[in-house]
Amino acid sequence: MSAVSVPDLRAARRQLLLDSAGIAVSAIGFGFVFGLAARNAGYSPIEASAMSVFAFAGAAQFAAVGYIAQGLPWLPILVLTFFLNARHLLYSASLAPWLRREPFGQRAAMAHVLTDEAFALAATHFHRVGRADVPGYWIGAVVAVFIPWNLATLAGVLLGGAIPDPSRFGLDVVFPAAMAGLAVGLVTGRRELVAAGAGGAIGVVLSFLLGPAVGIVAGGLIGPLAGMAAPEGRRRMAPDSDLTGLPVDLDGAIADAGAGEAAGAGAAVGVAAADDRHPEPDGAGR
Amino acid sequence: MSNELVVLALLMGVVTYPSRALPLLAPGIERLPPRALLYLRLVGPAVLASIAAAETFVQDTAEGANTLHLGIEALGVLACLALVAWRRNLFLGLVAGISVVALARFAGLG
Repeated sequence: MSAVSVPDLRAARRQLLLDSAGIAVSAIGFGFVFGLAARNAGYSPIEASAMSVFAFAGAAQFAAVGYIAQGLPWLPILVLTFFLNARHLLYSASLAPWLRREPFGQRAAMAHVLTDEAFALAATHFHRVGRADVPGYWIGAVVAVFIPWNLATLAGVLLGGAIPDPSRFGLDVVFPAAMAGLAVGLVTGRRELVAAGAGGAIGVVLSFLLGPAVGIVAGGLIGPLAGMAAPEGRRRMAPDSDLTGLPVDLDGAIADAGAGEAAGAGAAVGVAAADDRHPEPDGAGR
Repeated sequence: MSNELVVLALLMGVVTYPSRALPLLAPGIERLPPRALLYLRLVGPAVLASIAAAETFVQDTAEGANTLHLGIEALGVLACLALVAWRRNLFLGLVAGISVVALARFAGLG
């Protein structure tokens, strides 16, 4: 596959912007809900914004709201955050062959904004143009996700203050419902279902007996062992992103990372999945 | 107004960054054994379900004890679960969950 000409690159970037628009809308919705949940948990606007700037990971941010509300110490919060976000390893590995010729500092900066959506948009865009396109990466990672997510977080935490009694309007259920919905989005087969069921059951029983600090952590760390003990079964679909709720081809990233192959993971966050899974990450014409 | 969670946010960023950056900065480091990859894949649904279930069914009393609780919030979470499983749309699920709880409370049920 050869690199595309400049007009084609422009066309690919226009397509990238179109793909990014839908993702930005979803990021705004979920960022706003996170801001509301953070406000209900007693976060200040600065604290909520700091979460979205520094952690910048939907499920971990939502989870931290619950951890804080349950009085969990910081150490288990950080351990669970690490495990929750470990899947980014696969996205990073999948994009690494495309970006290995970029300056070290630039790759280090790119890593901070690598999310489900950034991965999906970049993998699809790189595949489309046949090589890495750094401005395209920033469009997908920052313009489509980072900026909308952060502005919406701020809006949620500030506007949430205008609601006199959030529980009267059912807003206190946002957090557990969002956690449950995100969990459903990650259940793509029997093992995930068993892990979620075991995690939930262990979480309730041990939270009741020993307190949420123990119960939540135990559910999150023991539940996967139950899932691993279950037979594989049929995988039904791609998991959903934790920032927008849109499907992401995590399996594609796992396959690419496991095989040590190039990117083009056939990602699908509101964009068509790529058929060719063997693009050339080092295409000329940079 | 306290801003101590800013430090926690920074630390969450610190523990998240290696998984985002290591393969980009040191290619090859991501080649974990398949069992480890499987475990990592299953942590997400397990920990989210654990939080959702504990948050829905366990409450702490003023005396600091934990009690089991079955209230209208469980119905709201269930409505969200059902819609997300059916339509694969989290936002729709959240709207349904909030609506169920709000309507029940307006009707004096919760």
